[in-house]
Amino acid sequence: MTDVVMPQMGESIVEGTLTKWLKKPGDRVERDEPLFEISTDKVDTEIPSPAAGTLAEVLVEEGKTVGINTVVARIDETGKAAGDGRPAAVAAPPPPAAPEPPVQQAAPAAAPPPPPAEAAPAEAAQPTGPLSPLVRRMAREHNIDLGRVQGTGAGGRITKQDLEAYLARREQPAAAPPPPAAVPAPEPPKPAAAPPPAPEYIPPAGVAKARVEPMSTMRAKIAEHMILSKRTSAHVTTVHRVDMTRVARIRERNKADFQARYGFSLTFLPFVTRAAALALREFPIVNASIEGNNIIYHSGIHIGIAVALENGLIVPVIRNADELTVVGLQRSIVDLAARARARQLKPDEVQGGTFSITNFGSYNSLFATPVINQPQVAILGLGTVEKTPVVIDDAIAIRSMGYLCLTFDHRLIDGALADQFTAKAKSVLENWQEDVL
Amino acid sequence: MHRCEFRDLGRIDYGAACEVQQDFVEKRKQGLVPDQLLIVEHPHVITLGRNGRMENLLAGEEVLRRAGISFHHTDRGGDITYHGPGQVVGYPILDLREWKRDVVGYVRGVEQVLIDTLADFGIEAGRAAGATGVWVEGAKIAAIGVHVSRWVTSHGFALNVSTDLNYFRYIVPCGLTKPVTSMWQRGARVERRDVAARLAAHFGRVFDREIVGTTVEALI
Repeated sequence: MTDVVMPQMGESIVEGTLTKWLKKPGDRVERDEPLFEISTDKVDTEIPSPAAGTLAEVLVEEGKTVGINTVVARIDETGKAAGDGRPAAVAAPPPPAAPEPPVQQAAPAAAPPPPPAEAAPAEAAQPTGPLSPLVRRMAREHNIDLGRVQGTGAGGRITKQDLEAYLARREQPAAAPPPPAAVPAPEPPKPAAAPPPAPEYIPPAGVAKARVEPMSTMRAKIAEHMILSKRTSAHVTTVHRVDMTRVARIRERNKADFQARYGFSLTFLPFVTRAAALALREFPIVNASIEGNNIIYHSGIHIGIAVALENGLIVPVIRNADELTVVGLQRSIVDLAARARARQLKPDEVQGGTFSITNFGSYNSLFATPVINQPQVAILGLGTVEKTPVVIDDAIAIRSMGYLCLTFDHRLIDGALADQFTAKAKSVLENWQEDVL
Repeated sequence: MHRCEFRDLGRIDYGAACEVQQDFVEKRKQGLVPDQLLIVEHPHVITLGRNGRMENLLAGEEVLRRAGISFHHTDRGGDITYHGPGQVVGYPILDLREWKRDVVGYVRGVEQVLIDTLADFGIEAGRAAGATGVWVEGAKIAAIGVHVSRWVTSHGFALNVSTDLNYFRYIVPCGLTKPVTSMWQRGARVERRDVAARLAAHFGRVFDREIVGTTVEALI
């Protein structure tokens, strides 16, 4: 059992009001997942769980104000496997009395309740017993869950020697059964799609200080896709500088009206998407795929837009993008991005793209060499748009400049064609004619 | 000194501003961006904090709709408030681990920024015991409501510059039956933009941040 305490959110703060439980008793909770909210003086704070397991007991109800370090709940870490309905892989039942080596358990009674695990230092690391700065630092550096260390100092206090002894035991390979925390947390419900559990990581002797964590399903898929693409296509990137001043002005002029009329803001991305769609119409080979020795020219122009997620990326697709105006494109982009971040995309919304666009400019990158989204043959990247001194007619002018980067598959697309394609997109942007509102 | 990027996003819808904030909060948590001071102005909107009570909303949905005011539930601290044209709304996205791990200290700091800014325009403002916010002679001139997740702040403050105070009649601001005021009502007929610039300067000083301006480009 791990105690969850009311954290101290500031030096002058002695109590907090528990405003909302985000989990109910019996719910499964991951370590670092928001568990409850507290309120102190117009500040609401989400408090993450110090451990993974089942929320066993809630000791403080919503609306109550309690002092810092008061135990507000207990988390049953053993409930972890049971909660999944999957016993911990071993066929033979464990011997009844001693399921874990004693070091894994907090010392009974004598020791103060174990402080929350170090992985949540921000909100929860206020120890209930005194810990020296040295001990805290060692625990952090070696990734030690202090709840697993038995203190031998005065009043059960954990000393440097205790940590050294614990480290020595931990770094002896293999002998003990793996501690429960090392079992890769199974992905929630989808057993079929889940990646095979990572094999137990056995650190080479002397190199035991890394943290080990299984990849999420999404991360594993991204990794596979990236390598597949690099193996499949002959990646080449060409970069054109584009004068976005005209678009920037249109955008500036229409920003307020656009926001008022449509309820979302107007970015550069729909302009670039529109320009790419027009260029794709003119150069259909960039909107193609390779199958064996055949070239498949796609009839529709379906443009994928790379969206950064908290821990990964996804490329939802705007269908028949060449039929949409800037407003329609912006609406689709906002909608797809919002639903991507809320993980509410339907499967067919991320499939069937024939070309992709990525906007690393929003992270201030000047230009990059993006990886092709297979089975497509090209991807267009937009760098940041900045006011830059440029020479026009032998005079220096201030223009909003950016870079368009086209990565293309040189198996199918020759350099000259790639540059004609990019030049077409550039020309559309520099001589923007269409109405926006 | 830690950097803090100052972005004046202009007038943007409350929901859109929440999305922008959320985006920066996530990036800030991952260390992808430095601290942020987002400055915005909202179209008419009434927002209710997580601990707010609906009885502090004095108008029905229909009345609000006809007055062109939207209504949002939010996850910030504090009760009910109104935002609208003529306000400088500030959303600092700060990682408090790089300042002080003290949420109340943070709120006091935000109050100080507002008090110092008002002093620049000749308005003597201060705190009121037990009532977070900034006050001028018993009337509230700036409201504060903050959310913290993993020590990263969001939401923030709203300072009435030239706000039409009539809109506050639809609510009991922050659940307190005290009057509200604005800089214009106090005789300082200043531009929103100048106030934002002073706010940024004081914010940098109080929180010991180097304020850098960045152009507002595509956020998606």
